[in-house]
Amino acid sequence: MFDFLSDYDVLGAFWVNVQLTVIAAIGSLIWGTILVAMRVSPVPVMRSFGTAYINLVRNTPLTVIIVATSLVLNQTFQITLGADNFDDQGFRLAALGFIAYTSTFVCESLRAGINTVPVGQAEAARALGLSFTQVLRIIVLPQAFRSVVAPLASVLIALTKNTTVAAAIGVGEAALLMKEMIENESDALFLVTAMFALGFVILTLPTGLLLGWVAKKVAVKR
Amino acid sequence: MTAPSVLYDMPGPRARQRNVLYAALFVLVFVGVAYLLLAAMNDHNQLEWAKWSPYLAGTDAWTTYLLPGLGGTLVAAGLSIAMALPIGALFGIARLSDHAWLAKTAGTLVEFFRAIPVLILMFFAYQVYVNFTDIGRDIRPLYAVCTGLVIYNSAVIAEVVRAGILSLPKGQTEAALAVGMRKGQLMTSILLPQAVTAMLPALVSQLVVIVKDTALGGALLNYSELMASVSEAAAFYGGNIIATLTVVAAIYIVLNSLLSWFASWLERWLRRRKKGTGAVVGGGGMEEQVPAVGVGEGMGGGL
Repeated sequence: MFDFLSDYDVLGAFWVNVQLTVIAAIGSLIWGTILVAMRVSPVPVMRSFGTAYINLVRNTPLTVIIVATSLVLNQTFQITLGADNFDDQGFRLAALGFIAYTSTFVCESLRAGINTVPVGQAEAARALGLSFTQVLRIIVLPQAFRSVVAPLASVLIALTKNTTVAAAIGVGEAALLMKEMIENESDALFLVTAMFALGFVILTLPTGLLLGWVAKKVAVKR
Repeated sequence: MTAPSVLYDMPGPRARQRNVLYAALFVLVFVGVAYLLLAAMNDHNQLEWAKWSPYLAGTDAWTTYLLPGLGGTLVAAGLSIAMALPIGALFGIARLSDHAWLAKTAGTLVEFFRAIPVLILMFFAYQVYVNFTDIGRDIRPLYAVCTGLVIYNSAVIAEVVRAGILSLPKGQTEAALAVGMRKGQLMTSILLPQAVTAMLPALVSQLVVIVKDTALGGALLNYSELMASVSEAAAFYGGNIIATLTVVAAIYIVLNSLLSWFASWLERWLRRRKKGTGAVVGGGGMEEQVPAVGVGEGMGGGL
């Protein structure tokens, strides 16, 4: 019953999803933090850019963004992101797309987190003579990060599931492998689906539990 | 004068000068990047008027490719939300049941299907229709896309419904039981009507997620919707891929912005109005986040 499994590299496909998730998570955390800094900054041009970026990217389907990285960046502009083979190239383009998209949700979570920091914290910091960047970097953001662990965990879980969209540009990840497997082994349809579904449950469930625990641990007691 | 934000003081003369400098630097970088982009587009002949004119100066491209595509998107999204609503409501109520076996089963199913990528569900549904039904080739992608979206979004809506019911003040349940209502009456005539209004904004926000997810069907299941019309239109108009993608992305953005705007308007309206208990489950502008009220293990919704 399980004989055909040896013909396919299921774990390898899931490993691609894991790698995409980790890289996109780190990238979108950085870019999302920069975006939120722009959105609350005293410079109007940066605020407008931040708002426009969020509203445009968040309302575009992820599929459109991922396909655009391939059709526009790669096939039109011939950008390969330093990759020398098709697999690496698709992987890097997809990671770039995920960062661009997920960072908008990271930014919105962080902005909600900034709003949970009591006004007195920022006022006290300003009274001490701290500048905007100092207020944000030393006082507000560290507290904001601690209160948004749970929302960021939801974003991370959604990102894990979203990495399947990379199938749209032919990245050899789990969903694409599943499509191939259920077409070739159609009598094992339910078995194969259950296996891939379980794979994603295994990837997302511990993330939710672990980060839920972390969220309780680091939450600012007020 | 009050400060514009709690994060920084009212800028004085030096701060104003510095902010102008930062703004100038930012604009410089932005214009530089925009110039590089336009130059690259120009190098690859993507700026020619012929590549943009089908969309900007004619109606053929719209009536042949974009509007039918948009129709496909709206049909799939509309059918999915129409089917996911009752199923989701059923599961949401089942999860709140007093019978442990029912609540546990519904809870497990909801958590399970929320943890699975919607694409996996679509591929699965497609193959089920191939293997076990005689649904025609042309209509099969629509069935597969809708089935995947319905399964996934039912699970999400179940959580919204549960949050909506839990957001109602406890006095509502107590008063209904005190006047001698049965559990069924309590749910259908007291809790559900109020919960439905409370969760309207969250449901409209979920519609944005559904609209975005239909694009998966176009890219991977040959369902003819807006995303699928990109390659057809670009091929017909001589490889104007950037123009086509820009126009298609703009259509999605306008559609989803209208929906998001409507959701937040609804939320404000529900909060303001005097009738009712004032309980609202917001979409909160963060549509991937199912309302925070009692969301099991913090499983993510769908971005």
